[in-house]
Amino acid sequence: MQIDQALRRQLIEAMAATVEAHWQELTELDQAIGDGDHGTGMKRGFDAVLADADKLAEQPLPAGLRGLGQKLVMTMGGASGPLYGTFFMELGKALDENPDRTAFAAGFARAMAAVGARGKSEPGQKTLLDVLAPVSKALAENETSAGIARVAAEAAEATVPMLALRGRAAFLGPRSVGHMDPGARSASLIIGAVCAVLEGKSG
Amino acid sequence: MNVGIVIVSHSSKVAEGAADMVRQMVGDSVPLAYTGGDEAGGLGTSVPRILEAIDAAWSDAGVAILVDLGGAETNSEMAVEMLPPERRDRVVICNAPIVEGAVIAAAEASGGSPLETVRAVADELSA
Repeated sequence: MQIDQALRRQLIEAMAATVEAHWQELTELDQAIGDGDHGTGMKRGFDAVLADADKLAEQPLPAGLRGLGQKLVMTMGGASGPLYGTFFMELGKALDENPDRTAFAAGFARAMAAVGARGKSEPGQKTLLDVLAPVSKALAENETSAGIARVAAEAAEATVPMLALRGRAAFLGPRSVGHMDPGARSASLIIGAVCAVLEGKSG
Repeated sequence: MNVGIVIVSHSSKVAEGAADMVRQMVGDSVPLAYTGGDEAGGLGTSVPRILEAIDAAWSDAGVAILVDLGGAETNSEMAVEMLPPERRDRVVICNAPIVEGAVIAAAEASGGSPLETVRAVADELSA
C-alpha cells in the first residue's frame, strides 16, 4: 500500500484526534494506579505532533516517523514519552518508504522490542507491551485492519485483572489489579485510530 | 579537564540538594548540573531538561549521570541516545544511589580520573 503524503497527514490527524477525545479518560486511569500524568502527557505530545503535521507528513515515511517519535520524546515528559518516542523512532528506522505488509509487521515487531528494552519490561507486566504484543502477532498473521483494532481493544481490556510489575503502578502491588493500564489503553486508542484510517485502503 | 556530573531526580529539590552536597564536599573543580521535575513543574523527569543539563556539565572527558527512580533512568537513556554521535559515547549512567553516587563520583572526578573510573567508583556503592 502506498502511504502517500495525504495519508500520512490523515494518520497524524487521526492519532491526535483520538488523544484529544480520550486524554481525560487516560488521566483518570493513571490517577487510579499511576501518577496521573499520562493523559496530559499524551495530549501535550500529540498536540505538538499535530502542530507539526505538515512538516512531518511531507517527509518520506521513515523520516516522518522518526521526527514524530522525537517530537513525542521532547514534549510528552513522564516515563511514557521515551516509550512512545522509541516506538515511532524505531519504526522509522525499520521501514523503507513503501513497506509491504510483511515489512511493516517486521518493523512493528522491532519497534515493540525496542520499547521493551527501553522500559526493561516484557509482555505480562501490565504495560503497553500487553497491547503491542498481540497486535504484532495479529499483523504477522495478516489480520485485517478492523481485526487488529479489535485485538488491540481486547488486549487493553485484558490488562484489568493483571498485576502491575513495571512502572509506578508496580509500587501498588495487588492494588493495581482491577484497573486498566493507562499505557495499554492509550496504545489501543492510537492503534484503533490508525486502523480506522487504513481500513478499506489496505486491500 | 575533569569528568562532568549530572544529577537527574524526579524532584527539583532532591536534585538541587544533592548538587549542594557535591559543591560543599567536592568544590568547584568538577562541571556539575542538575535537573528535577517534569515539563509542567510537577514530579518527574524530562528529556529536554536532561539534555540541557548534559550540555551545561559538558566536559571533553565525558559526563557521568546519577539518577533516582526508574523513569529518571529511562529518560536519561533516551537523552543520551539523542545526543550527537560524537558525544553519545562519552556519557554514562551510573548504577548508584543518587546522593552518595553524586558525591563519590564528583570526588573521583575532581582528581582527574577518567570516565570509566568515575563510573566504577559510583557503581561500587551498589555492589
